[in-house]
Amino acid sequence: MEFRFTEEQQMIRETAAGFFADCSTSAAVRAAMVTERGYDLSLWRQICDDLYLHAITLPETIGGMGLGYVELIAVMEQMGRYLVCAPYFATVCQAVPALQLADAASVSGPWLERILGGETAALAWIGQERPGCEAVTATCEVVEGGFLLSGDYRLVVDGHSADILVLAARQAGTEGREGISLFVVDAAAEGIRRQWTPALDQTRHLGRVEVDSLLLPAEACLGSCGEAGTVLEQVLQLATVALAAEQMGVAQQVQDLAVQYTREREQFNRPIASFQAIKHKAADMMLRTEVARSACYYAACIADEAWQGGAMAAELPEAAAVAKSYCSDACFSNAGEALQMHGGVGFTWEYDVHLYFKRAKASELMLGTASEHRETLAKLLLDGGANA
Amino acid sequence: MKLSFSAEDERFRTEVADWLAANLTGEFAKLKFRGGPGDEHSFPEARKRWEQKLAEGGWTCVGWPQAHGGRGCSIEQQVIFFEEYARAGAPGRVGHIGEGLAGPTIIAFGTPEQQAKYLPGILNGTELWCQGYSEPGAGSDLANVKTRARFDTERNQWVINGQKVWTSLAHESDYCFVIARTDPDSVGHKGLGFFLVNMDQPGVDVRPIEQITGTSEFNEVFFDDAVCDAGDIVGEPGDGWKVAMGLLGFERGVSTLGQQMQFQNELDEVVRVARANGRDRDPVIRQRIAQAHAELKIMRYNSLRMLSGQSGSDGSLQGEALIYKLFWSSWHRSLGELAIDVCGQEGQLLEAAPYELTRLQSLFLFVRSDTIYGGSNQIQRNIIAERGLEMPREPKWR
Repeated sequence: MEFRFTEEQQMIRETAAGFFADCSTSAAVRAAMVTERGYDLSLWRQICDDLYLHAITLPETIGGMGLGYVELIAVMEQMGRYLVCAPYFATVCQAVPALQLADAASVSGPWLERILGGETAALAWIGQERPGCEAVTATCEVVEGGFLLSGDYRLVVDGHSADILVLAARQAGTEGREGISLFVVDAAAEGIRRQWTPALDQTRHLGRVEVDSLLLPAEACLGSCGEAGTVLEQVLQLATVALAAEQMGVAQQVQDLAVQYTREREQFNRPIASFQAIKHKAADMMLRTEVARSACYYAACIADEAWQGGAMAAELPEAAAVAKSYCSDACFSNAGEALQMHGGVGFTWEYDVHLYFKRAKASELMLGTASEHRETLAKLLLDGGANA
Repeated sequence: MKLSFSAEDERFRTEVADWLAANLTGEFAKLKFRGGPGDEHSFPEARKRWEQKLAEGGWTCVGWPQAHGGRGCSIEQQVIFFEEYARAGAPGRVGHIGEGLAGPTIIAFGTPEQQAKYLPGILNGTELWCQGYSEPGAGSDLANVKTRARFDTERNQWVINGQKVWTSLAHESDYCFVIARTDPDSVGHKGLGFFLVNMDQPGVDVRPIEQITGTSEFNEVFFDDAVCDAGDIVGEPGDGWKVAMGLLGFERGVSTLGQQMQFQNELDEVVRVARANGRDRDPVIRQRIAQAHAELKIMRYNSLRMLSGQSGSDGSLQGEALIYKLFWSSWHRSLGELAIDVCGQEGQLLEAAPYELTRLQSLFLFVRSDTIYGGSNQIQRNIIAERGLEMPREPKWR
């Protein structure tokens, strides 16, 4: 039992923090967020080529680092702190696990190698907003020479700009996790319509991907046709853990911003940070941040077990729900309190608080709200299983 | 970062569990799940004998160094011991103040004579301790103690006068560690001494405080020319605050894991009641149960972080330790409210007249003390803001 970062993990965390502090400044974020792509391509190149952060969980056999979720959440925390505009979450936290878990290396290997080379990827599964696999409404049909895919995918993180798309679809008439397949395609393939869907949180771009009777070759299907539901569920849980870590980073950063601001801002001839009304808010923020951190470290250890086939892998659904329910509330509460503690300037476009406030709400709504995850826990606890 | 324990530690877990299963029997069987917070008045005599039973098996003071008679367990083994102890439903420890607070203080700051005189009684479970800190005028403002200690050169003894309050287990205790003012002209942190006082003497009067539960875990203790020997001061006159603060460091740590296992037992009871009466179908109750479950789960990992982390080189607390009291006390208070809410109107009905509470009623009421004692939530927030976030202190009123 060792519940802290190793030196190597600490180094990854500090490297990421130092780089993002320098490169993901307020000005850089604001410049990137108004572009259609939503991120600066040269920043992404640096993340891949100089820091190699995109390769953390990629297998060593193709030249990746072969590390796990403890390292990944160390990076995601910093992504949240500096609101890094990059297709990292979509590529590394959503598409990579889908490619790696859904099929043998012989099939997914070439796609992972493209990602290792700096190409980006996105996972599209939401047709209609519902929890987990139930959101999949796109359909696939087995035809001569492959599959016909039809669907209207919404809320696809970086879906409008990704180089590679992983698409979930189900056989007609199935529901839940039954009958689901995952397909991988080059996003530039003919017959794929994509557009940017501008959103409340400008720092993470969402896209819409439409396909209508798109013909895909047999080898585009990852794993056995119709049997990817369990994998998709696990991929979403892993992504949920990563997102929770990002929320924890946001919670930490807005706390730091608020404390710094209140120490500098003077009213009644004293820094407002000396008023208990302010200090007690800040103390509650710190409590939420630290508890969120403990939740993320726990969830990351469990995600690692799931990723590497350890004994505690079966705890992933619970750990993801625990982390996302707590971190969602902690992140948004902290962002809201930070805005309040900034007073009038917290309501302006000029100060960065609103960027975090919007990110906090967007992340809370993504991959299951706090109350949805609590209901998942309630099912486990009270009804004898998550699907009861 | 990894969660699993080594094979050797897992063997230790089996050893603890086996010993408890074999010994928590006979006259001790009735003690299962008893004597915890809110129930500390139950079975005092049997629980004292239980302390001695533990000592016979070498299960008192497991974290103390072997040089001082302890078991010298690693942090992991201590975690395991406290978890298994609570999992087995073994009773609330009447010896915990001696084992967790007085003993470690005497080991850290005491003389060899004090160690020889006081540690054996703690180790063998025959001598119980209580803590003489709070006073009517010194609660949150602990440094405002007024109790005085005057050295009588003729008798070669310290003479203590004053009043302590909220003293847990004073009526069962053999000794009390007391902070008292050695310099009558001093104020605040300076001029205090840390004394080891025998409770069995004419100058000590213990009066129980009847709490909102109708029971009395806490007491007032009056010192009226109470005495202790010249050798019963820990550190020098004037060092009392330093010794007392050093002691606070011993309060955090591995025992929190056992406390959480007790919380788990309480939450299990809440779930059992909700399932039995159908309130587990109420969507709001479901959310509250799930939240309590999630946060208790996180609490465990927060403790493991506390135990795995290094504190700062100056002994300062890491963030996760600084917030811990506020976290668990607030969580426990919410659990108390949930406990009565899942019962519905039935939750009103007492076990028996005149005022015998059900377990969940007792929980509902007793948790209100958690956010007050040991540094109230308001004080905790001040400490977090000032030490953890370096926010400025309040200006002095006068």
